[in-house]
Amino acid sequence: MLSFIARRTISALGTLLLASVLVFLAVQALPGDVATKILGKDATPDAVAGLREQMGLDRPAWERYLDWVESALHGDFGTSLVSGKPVATEAAAHLGNSALIALVTVLFAVTGALVLGVLAGLYRDRWADHLISTVSLVGMSIPEFVVATVLVLCFSIALPWFPAVVLYGPDASVGQLLPAVWLPALALATVMAAYIVRMARTSVIDVMASEYVTTARLKGLSTWRVVTRHALPGALLPTLHVIALNVAWLVGGVAVVENVFNYPGIGKLLLTSVQNRDLPVIQAVALISAVVYVVCNLAADLGSMALNPKLRTRGRTR
Amino acid sequence: MTALDPAPTPAPATAPAPASAGGRTIRTWRTLRSSRTAVIGLAVVGVHVLLALLAPLLTPHDPVANSPSHALLGPGPEHWAGTDQYGRDVLARVLYGGRYALGVSAVSTVLGVALGTVIGCAAALRGGWFDDILSRVLDAVLSIPAILALLVVVTVLGTGYPVIICAVAVVFVPQVVRVVRGAALAVVPADYVTAARARGESTWAILRREVLPNIVDVVCVEFAMRASWVVLLISSLSFLGFGAAPPTPDWGLMVAENRTAITVVPMASLAPIIALATLVVGINLASDGLSKAWGVDRIREGS
Repeated sequence: MLSFIARRTISALGTLLLASVLVFLAVQALPGDVATKILGKDATPDAVAGLREQMGLDRPAWERYLDWVESALHGDFGTSLVSGKPVATEAAAHLGNSALIALVTVLFAVTGALVLGVLAGLYRDRWADHLISTVSLVGMSIPEFVVATVLVLCFSIALPWFPAVVLYGPDASVGQLLPAVWLPALALATVMAAYIVRMARTSVIDVMASEYVTTARLKGLSTWRVVTRHALPGALLPTLHVIALNVAWLVGGVAVVENVFNYPGIGKLLLTSVQNRDLPVIQAVALISAVVYVVCNLAADLGSMALNPKLRTRGRTR
Repeated sequence: MTALDPAPTPAPATAPAPASAGGRTIRTWRTLRSSRTAVIGLAVVGVHVLLALLAPLLTPHDPVANSPSHALLGPGPEHWAGTDQYGRDVLARVLYGGRYALGVSAVSTVLGVALGTVIGCAAALRGGWFDDILSRVLDAVLSIPAILALLVVVTVLGTGYPVIICAVAVVFVPQVVRVVRGAALAVVPADYVTAARARGESTWAILRREVLPNIVDVVCVEFAMRASWVVLLISSLSFLGFGAAPPTPDWGLMVAENRTAITVVPMASLAPIIALATLVVGINLASDGLSKAWGVDRIREGS
């Protein structure tokens, strides 16, 4: 079991290393001169030379890559080309704000989706199942920005309960941001829940058809007990994986939704830096989201091992 | 199970696994008839394709012509869905917008799925170090969110149809590879693949003649599923301002443009939203129906 954890961790680290190479290559090593790309075609030669100096572009790419990784490991992602502030502090403030949205989203999505998924699974092929399945199909067919726009129309304009845009900067306190968290989180949770509902429904159907559930029923256990003791744990396991797989999507979705609400999170930071061609920030955000994804997947794998006795002895998941 | 299928060629009642072309047509036909969801889904997508193709016949208005005197009109006899802030006809823009959404999405999905299928099959056939290294690289690519990867590519290479099509295709290749590799791994141990290897056939020939025909249903379902993702991704990209360039009639872009005027002319935002939602619901219904009818378990395939 220990060797499994070790192997899984090492492979996660390897994935991260590769991801960092890809991010670096995509941003820095693509054809053309990076400094000219950042400053645009009308830049003076002096400005270009200055920027080349600042970014150390005269050195070979692999040297710059090693430098970048080394300082990134020390928490230093360079300085933003636009604001001149250290990227790490800027990203950390935004990341915290986004974590708030992500946390609320996952809570909403998982609880809501599990309830609906279990219901749909238990009442398979009846009207409750048809309704839930149809709604989740529509939920996964609508992009986040559409859900967000419709939510703004309903709950900020028609019923002025929540703010439509955030007027605070990245340094706003949790209390200031809290009223603005609900709509973005709800928009993301709607889309995310749609996937989890489908997953939970299938696994509940599988579990309810299994022999140990029949045994439990024959023992005379109530439906409630069968569901909470047998069906739910069985449904949780695959759900964990769906959540982990959706984390990469969530980071992207956060970027879109934050833009709709002008919420000062990591996605907003990314979009601003893309508009300004602020390469150090883009690189940092890309790497951070890769770290988040890999860590979440690792956690899901280890978590499913803890939940599933079969995997503990077999040693390898996939 | 009807005995009288209006199919072009007679075929056995149960199609064997490596079906001939005629057998496949019949099997597909039967699948479609047995699955109401797939029929509805395909019909919705078909209507979208027709509307996009016939756009010039259906509306007399130019989707990009500004007309300041007609700005921000509600629905009326002249402009059925009203006009936006520049006085452009919303209905015309929605109809023409289907061309962009369908065209770009179709091309990039075909590219991505084709590339992913070839790589996935090759990984399953070759195995060994090739497979190992490939899996690692794909994991790394998957760890970067699709929209982020696209934004990075767009920053560096600039926007434009070719860039977006290629970028979207590349972003989706790893996920296709995962699914196809899984399906192909089930075929590779079969005796007829071993026999083909023993005959000394090339990897490419085995792939084309032995493996591909047996996983074509998985690939089709994957195609439909990816298509819905691609439509969503491309419209999100346009919404963020990194996809279609402003005068282009594009649904994502229209929502972004008209969002600020949503209280004045709600139709200008709602019309593209409805178009986008129905298209993706259609694609999802089709892929759901197909996967159920063919017994391809999408969730179990690991995506």
